[in-house]
Amino acid sequence: MSILVGKDTKVLIQGLGSAGKFHTQTMIDYGTQLVAAAHPGRGGTAWQGVPVFDTVQQAVRATGADASCIFVPAPGAADAVLEAAEAGIRVVVCITEGIPTLDMVTVKHRLDPEQTVLIGPNCPGIITPGECKLGIMPGPIHRPGRVGVLSRSGTLTYEAVDQLSRLGIGQSTCIGLGGDPVKGLDFTDGLALFEADPDTDGVVLIGEIGGQAEEEAARWIRESGSKPVVAFIAGRTAPPGRRMGHAGAIIAGGKGTADQKIEALEEAGIAVARSPAEIGERMKDALAA
Amino acid sequence: MKIHEYQAKEILSRYGVAVPDSRVAATPDEAEAAAEKLGGRVVVKAQIHAGGRGKAGGVALVDSPARARQMAEDLLGLPLVTHQNGPRGQVVRRLLIERAMDISRELYAGMVVDREAAGIALILSGEGGMEIEQLAMSRPDAILRARVHPVGGLMPYQIRQLAFQLGLDKQQVQKAVEFLGAMVRAFIDLDTSLVEINPLVLTRDGDMLALDAKLNLDDNAAFRHPDIAALRDVEQEEPAEVEASRHDLSYVRLDGNIGCMVNGAGLAMATMDIIKLYGGEPANFLDVGGGTDAARVAAAFKIILSDPNVKAVLVNIFGGIVRCDVIAQGVVAAVEEMGIEVPLVVRLQGTKQGEGVEILKESKLDIVPAETMKEAAELAVKAAGGAL
Repeated sequence: MSILVGKDTKVLIQGLGSAGKFHTQTMIDYGTQLVAAAHPGRGGTAWQGVPVFDTVQQAVRATGADASCIFVPAPGAADAVLEAAEAGIRVVVCITEGIPTLDMVTVKHRLDPEQTVLIGPNCPGIITPGECKLGIMPGPIHRPGRVGVLSRSGTLTYEAVDQLSRLGIGQSTCIGLGGDPVKGLDFTDGLALFEADPDTDGVVLIGEIGGQAEEEAARWIRESGSKPVVAFIAGRTAPPGRRMGHAGAIIAGGKGTADQKIEALEEAGIAVARSPAEIGERMKDALAA
Repeated sequence: MKIHEYQAKEILSRYGVAVPDSRVAATPDEAEAAAEKLGGRVVVKAQIHAGGRGKAGGVALVDSPARARQMAEDLLGLPLVTHQNGPRGQVVRRLLIERAMDISRELYAGMVVDREAAGIALILSGEGGMEIEQLAMSRPDAILRARVHPVGGLMPYQIRQLAFQLGLDKQQVQKAVEFLGAMVRAFIDLDTSLVEINPLVLTRDGDMLALDAKLNLDDNAAFRHPDIAALRDVEQEEPAEVEASRHDLSYVRLDGNIGCMVNGAGLAMATMDIIKLYGGEPANFLDVGGGTDAARVAAAFKIILSDPNVKAVLVNIFGGIVRCDVIAQGVVAAVEEMGIEVPLVVRLQGTKQGEGVEILKESKLDIVPAETMKEAAELAVKAAGGAL
C-alpha cells in the first residue's frame, strides 16, 4: 500500500500547455492511469487517447477522475485548484510556481480539508513508486518499498530518494510539499498519513529555513509518532532576511533558522543528518535500530 | 519587491492612510524650494531601500530652507551606509522633505502574511520607533496581534479592542479605526507582503499619521500591479542579483570563495551547507531553475565569476527536468568562451547523466569530475584552498 495515490488512482490533468504535456507524458510512461484532461476551450478533443473537457466538473462526471495534477500558469492556478476541489477531486496536486501569496490565502480559506487534500503549490508532486506518478519528479530513481518521504524541496528530494534507492531502501510514497509560504499538505498532515499506513516503516523529512513547519512536525512526532523519522534541514549557512529561491525559504524576525529546527527535531528524538549526503545512511541506521 | 518611502506614502494615502505634507527633491534647489513651500521646521529624509537611516545621518530635522539645502548637498549622489545595507551602502538619489509634526505619542503598526495561520496578521505596539524583531524578543507582551480575514478584512471591533488596550482615548480610537482600516484595504488590494508604519504617530492636534512607511510587493503578484512593479529601483539592488533576475536565475551573494551553481533552491542551500561542513565557505546561492538551457548556464557562470572572491566553482546538478547533457554543453560553452581561471568541479547526476559526463570528458577542458555530492564538496573545498 501507500498513501493518497496508487495504481487505482484516476488522474486528470489541468492545463495542457507545453510543460503540462511534457510532464504528463512522463506520467503516462510511468504507468499512471490518466483518464482525462481539462483545458477551457478544448472540450471535445482528445490528447494521447484521453478525452479533453472544458471544465473539471465535466471531466469528473464523465470519467470519475479522483486526483488532479495542475500545470495552469500562475495567474489562473488558484482558480484551477478551487475548480478541482469543488468538482469533488480528492487529491489536488499543484505544480505551478509563482502563485500570488494572497491567492493561496483565499484557497486555504475556501478549501475543505475533509474533502480535498491539496499538495503544493510550487512542488514536484507525489509519487507511489511503481504505481502512480503525479508530478515532475524523475520516475526511474524511485523504487517501491516501505519508507515515506516528505519534503519542502524538489531536487534535494531527488538526491535523498536516490540515496535511499542505492542503499536498497524503497519508498512507499514520496511527497514534495512545495516551497511557498502558504500551501496545502504540511509535514504534520503527511506524518499522520504515514503513521496510519501499515506499509510505511519510517519517514524521511526534508525541511528548510523559514516558517515553523519543522517545529510543528517535531511536536507532532513527540506526541503521536511511533515510526522512526530521519530529517535534514537545508539552509544552515543561509543569511537572515534573504530569500533563498523559494518564497518560503527566508529567516524573518529571528525565526525559522536551521539550528532552531534541528534542535526542535533532536529534542523530539529524531535523527537529523548534518550532511545532505548522509540522509540515506541515517535512514538505514534508523531502520536497523 | 521594495519601493521607497515617498512612493509607499503616496500609494497608501490614496487608500486613506494619513501622511504628513511633503515634497520630493532630487537636487539641492528642489530641497530648498520644498522646505520654503512647506514652511517652518521640516524633516529631510534620504530615500534608500534600507532601514537605520536616522542613525546613519540620513534623516534630520532642520529649521530653515537653507539648512535643507545644505543637507541635500551633503546627501544627494552619495552612498548612505546603515547597519542594514552592508559596507557599500546605497546611493541617495532623492530626499523626502516633510513638515515636522508635533508628536504626542509614537506607536507601531505592521501587517504581514501569517504563514502558519494561512492568513494576514495585523501587529500593533505602543512602542513606536523600535525594531519590532528586537521588541518581540525583549518584550513579547508589548506586541498586540489581530487576524485579518481574507474576505471580511479587519472589523472595527478588532481595532477598538487593540486601541483601547494601548490606552488610546475615544477620539484617537476612532482615528485608529480609519487609519488601520485603510491600511488593510491597501494591503489586500495591492498584494503586498509587508506594510510597516514605524512610527505611527499621534499628534498634539489629535491626528494619527504615518511618519515612516514601508511597503513590499509580493513578487509573484507583480503581474497584477504593473504600476507598482514599474517603481522597482534597480540601483538600490546588488548589481549581480539584478543581472541574475534578468536571466530568471535566483542568486544571492555571500562572503565565501566557492562559487556554486545548482538546480533547485533546496539542493542549492544543501550544497552551501555541505561546503561549510567540509571547512569551505560558499560565495553565493545560485539556483539555475527548472527549464535551463545552455545560454542560461553561461549567464550563471558569468555572474558567479563576476565575484572577485571566487577561488573555485562547484556545479551540482541533479537532473530531473533539467538534462545533464544540456548542462554539460552549457558548461563547456561557457568555459570555452570565458576561459575560467579557477578550478571547476562538476557533479552531474540524474537524467542523461552518462551523456553529460561524456561531453565534459570529450571537451578536454580542465574540469574536475565528481560522482557524489560529498566528493564534489570535498574537491571544491580543496580546490579553493589551492590544494588541488
